[in-house]
Amino acid sequence: MEAVIAIAIGIVFAAGIWLVLRPRSFQVLAGLMLMSYAVNLFIFAMGRLWVDKAPLTPAGTPPDPAALADPLPQALVLTAIVIGFATTALYLVVMIGARGLTGTDHVDGREPEP
Amino acid sequence: MTALDQLILMPVLLPLLCGAVLAPLTQGWHRLKFALAYASVLGMLATALVLVAMTDGGYWQDGIGVYLAANWAAPFGIALVADRLAALMLLLTALLALAALHFAMQRWGRIGVHFHTLFQFLLMGINGAFLTHDLFNLFVFFEVMLASSYGLLLHGYNAERLRAGMQYIAVNLAASLLFLLGTALIYAATGTLNMADLAARIATLPAFDLGLVQIGAGVLALAFLIKSAMWPLGFWLPTTYAAASPPVAAMLVLMTKVGTYAILRLWLLWFPAGWGHDALLWGGAATILFGAAGMLSTDSAGRMAGYGATVSSGTLLAVIGYGQPSLVTAGLYYLVGSTLAIAAFLLLVELIDRIRTPGAAILAVTMEAYAVEDKPDEPLGQGVPAALAFLALSFAGCALMIAGLPPLSGFVAKFGMFHALLNPAGGNIPGAAWALMALVLGSGLVAAMAMLRFGVRTFWATKAAPPRLHRSEVAPVLFLLALSGVMTIEAGPIFGYLGRASDGIHRPADYIGRVLGHPAVPSASSVAEGP
Repeated sequence: MEAVIAIAIGIVFAAGIWLVLRPRSFQVLAGLMLMSYAVNLFIFAMGRLWVDKAPLTPAGTPPDPAALADPLPQALVLTAIVIGFATTALYLVVMIGARGLTGTDHVDGREPEP
Repeated sequence: MTALDQLILMPVLLPLLCGAVLAPLTQGWHRLKFALAYASVLGMLATALVLVAMTDGGYWQDGIGVYLAANWAAPFGIALVADRLAALMLLLTALLALAALHFAMQRWGRIGVHFHTLFQFLLMGINGAFLTHDLFNLFVFFEVMLASSYGLLLHGYNAERLRAGMQYIAVNLAASLLFLLGTALIYAATGTLNMADLAARIATLPAFDLGLVQIGAGVLALAFLIKSAMWPLGFWLPTTYAAASPPVAAMLVLMTKVGTYAILRLWLLWFPAGWGHDALLWGGAATILFGAAGMLSTDSAGRMAGYGATVSSGTLLAVIGYGQPSLVTAGLYYLVGSTLAIAAFLLLVELIDRIRTPGAAILAVTMEAYAVEDKPDEPLGQGVPAALAFLALSFAGCALMIAGLPPLSGFVAKFGMFHALLNPAGGNIPGAAWALMALVLGSGLVAAMAMLRFGVRTFWATKAAPPRLHRSEVAPVLFLLALSGVMTIEAGPIFGYLGRASDGIHRPADYIGRVLGHPAVPSASSVAEGP
């Protein structure tokens, strides 16, 4: 299970890095999004992989750490998703602005000379 | 906990509330917006001064004030910690913000709708990053700071700013992902995110988990070093500085120091044995070389200031990596002095550019894009007499400080560093000390040459008509230069304070004891039930 998750995160992250290094701004954006998905999965997995364990204590019962999943990475990943979403949306707006002002979607703001 | 302890929260709370109030106000109220923002910055300045007095005056044991957010005892909640170093950085932030805001009064604050709101949120992020003692909370404050800086960098929208902004945002989004990776790995290995708790646990970790923490810390360091523009991670910096509007560029100078601050604090706290210091020392040395070469290669003043900031970052990183408490003292003095100097230079750049390109064509795009009806006053009428003399003299002042020549504070900082390097605790002066001194001297010489060349070309080799300057644009530059003068005259007491600050951060056990031992305020019900 751990190996499958690790390989999956690695593939998504690698695909993201490849896209970030491409010259078109939309590819860069897609790459950043893939990388942020991989990072979110990574944070989630850092609380260890559990099956059938809740992160919350039912009311009225004494908490038993062995029966519970670690709730903190789940809280962290929520924050990371929200922040990542907002900043990526901002990048999208800047991208559209740059396309309108420079007339090209190249990351340098001008087409490379052939 | 007394009312004075609550002051620790003020530098975060004040700009947050002020920014929230400013957001819905339209540009028709621009005078009110400016007044509120100004009041908020003055409040921050007063708070920072009180915090400096409190940390240094023995109000708190060991000079460390702890604030438990929502009254959760550390390490379960988020702790804010004010010590001498944090108080110093808060003071520096407030002083720079005051100058930048004053500079923006006449023009820059009025051409976009949300300049003042974003400026306040930027201050909130910076202040929070200085105060927080929780790793994930540090990430959140970094993001607050970065998100506002994205908006501010685009302020005064034109094609050049957009291009620079795209690269700046992409680089920083990637850096934020690295920050998250490092944080998650450190949490996985230790099970905590409180910095003091981490320091206590890292000391007793088994070898395998320690390796994981070091990988996590290395990834985290990459994120900080991208911010502080260590070679080869700092290629974004000169373009960004040259493209940003002057008040924003002045604040960006401070943001590179936030990364350096995080490295300084965390590495001394977590790895007192010196893990990773060599990488910082030689990385910093390479950064000095890169920045010095850059200063020589460019003839645009904005880029020159950017490379100057790179040299300053490199010097600081090398000082941290060298790992000697007395050198850190001089390094902190250098940090404050060089930040003030480069910020003053960046403010000055726009005024100097008016000699070359009179008029304000840059504003046209923005005025159209935001449909701003109330056209900002051109700096006419209330002009400053002897504008050219003012520009040349201020430029000379900045050049002296950046190059580290006497009599201003840059020289005192370099003298302090050399004094520390030549008087090590053990008696032997290692080769690295000579290399570092040669680099610092060489970069100073290069900076002097580059600035001299620019000065001669601008002030002597052209038949310049004196440009129109407004009083509100002249005052901040003079203010920053005067601060540098004060730093030179009061170097003795300032070095005393910085020595105590450096001494404090070199004793991690104090932080572990004070933060983890800080009692939560007893709740009202338990007080009532008490004996």
